[in-house]
Amino acid sequence: MPVPEIVESFTGQVNRITLGATKEQGGSRSSTITIGGAKNVVYGGSVDDASERPVIAIDVIDTAPEDWPEPLFEPYKDVAASPTDWAKKAVDEFGADLICIKFDGIHPDKADKDAAHAVKVTDDVLKAVGVPLVLWGSGNDEKDNQVMPKVSEAAKGENCLIGTVTEDNYKSLTAIALADNHHLITHAPLDINIAKQVNILVSDMGFPLEKIVTFQATGALGYGIEYAYSIQERQRLAALGGDKMMSMPMICDVGYESWRVKEAKLADAPGWGPVEDRGPMWEATTAICLLQAGADIIRMRHPKAVAVVKNFIDKLWS
Amino acid sequence: MILIAERINGMFKDVKQAIADKDKKVIQDLAKRQTQAGASYLDVNVGTAAADQQATMQWLVETIQQTCATPLCLDSQKPDVIAAGLKVANTENGIILNSTPLNKKTDDKILDRYIDMANQAGPKAGIIALTMDKNGVPQDIDTRVAIAAEIVSKAADMGFDPQRLFIDPIILPVKVPDAQAQPTNILAAMDQIKLLADPAPHMTVGLSNISQGATERSLINRIFLAMAVSHGLDSAIVDVLDEELMNVVATSEMLMNKQIYSDSFLKAYKGT
Repeated sequence: MPVPEIVESFTGQVNRITLGATKEQGGSRSSTITIGGAKNVVYGGSVDDASERPVIAIDVIDTAPEDWPEPLFEPYKDVAASPTDWAKKAVDEFGADLICIKFDGIHPDKADKDAAHAVKVTDDVLKAVGVPLVLWGSGNDEKDNQVMPKVSEAAKGENCLIGTVTEDNYKSLTAIALADNHHLITHAPLDINIAKQVNILVSDMGFPLEKIVTFQATGALGYGIEYAYSIQERQRLAALGGDKMMSMPMICDVGYESWRVKEAKLADAPGWGPVEDRGPMWEATTAICLLQAGADIIRMRHPKAVAVVKNFIDKLWS
Repeated sequence: MILIAERINGMFKDVKQAIADKDKKVIQDLAKRQTQAGASYLDVNVGTAAADQQATMQWLVETIQQTCATPLCLDSQKPDVIAAGLKVANTENGIILNSTPLNKKTDDKILDRYIDMANQAGPKAGIIALTMDKNGVPQDIDTRVAIAAEIVSKAADMGFDPQRLFIDPIILPVKVPDAQAQPTNILAAMDQIKLLADPAPHMTVGLSNISQGATERSLINRIFLAMAVSHGLDSAIVDVLDEELMNVVATSEMLMNKQIYSDSFLKAYKGT
């Protein structure tokens, strides 16, 4: 049976953005990363309509994680106390396109580290690796408002992706990201209406829409992935329809979400297969699913999962 | 929604006077204000007062293009006036030729001429065709749909993409005696016209005509616009400077799920 050729053309497209700045551009990155630019749905239309190749940001935690399950901690056990060694390993051995420094350690309920610590980690990682950075706060509004502006300043000129800002807490980080010329992550809790509202709010402060990446929140396989998928898909369709407030590339937090679920980490589960494989499979499957919804940057953790997803991207975006 | 801004029309006193005085400022000011208000296209109509309609059309087109790059909607039922405007118009961002009936007693091939001119004006050029023929403007649903079907079929025969075709079912002033059945007739006709091709042709109306001579003009315009959007209207020739009307456009599009809701949806619509 012949396969009908269905061609649908759209008037809008996803913004194309470049992260990182080389020496010539005022930074110190050895390379930059360009994402976005899709003119059609994922795998729709001609090759020219496809987005730039999606990229993987491997998480580096600013303080050694204490609650990671054994199979996830194992590949990082020799570098967990050193963000610089961790970042180097992620880039050199695991092939990270970007490093995402996740500042869990500044959270008041965790290590409650101060801004000096966060700035040092940022400086050190910038010196240790040449890839562009994502700088991600702890999720505690008050502490993030104290610390993340300092982190932004420490990375000035490096054209990082910094976040996240929400409907209720966007002013300080938006202002500093604008001043330091970074890209910004707008964050909504699996709610497309709030996602659009946050973009309007930061845009009202004069932040360029073309320098925003959206984070719709992520649900892992079996734990709300369908909500994340359908919202991302809807954002892509809005972008293709010409909605300038929704034409941003998207980032997903697959590593953290995948390793929270019991299926990924429960060791004593006869019949579920070996726990060493289950977690990476859960993470890889979640990532690949969300790539099909149009994600442009995926935050990941386990090197085996990263390898599977990189292989998938290589096959489809080559 | 594809909004065609109506104000650069020689039927308005200020524009008529500006044409007589060759006063560019009035025209350029309207062009800028309508663009800022969210116009997708600027309608350009020389009106009836100009002695030389072709030269006036060219003067208006050149005057507008000196101040903004918003695509134009050349508005005349005389093909020669449209042709004159096209000679000087920048069609790179698109243009609409407004408007032609299916046919006229004096010119059986007028629709063909508009389609030919649009084809020569590039791949983004569209036309507005009225559901009107040599017998005049129909009052009933069926004749409107039958004429629209002939227009769609003629466009298809000439290889003209239905997405470049705008059908205008012609609104009559509601105040005219016995015309109060027309709004519902038009909505019913629109329901059928949008099924004539896949993808459907665009549907447009000269909105302000419905309230011609009536009181509460803006209110009548707004309410009918919202009703028509729910029947598939995706374009209209409107007063984009009427802020309340523009809010109705944004709200209708949001309620029809064509724009994603946000708490600042009115502001978001203006930004898109």
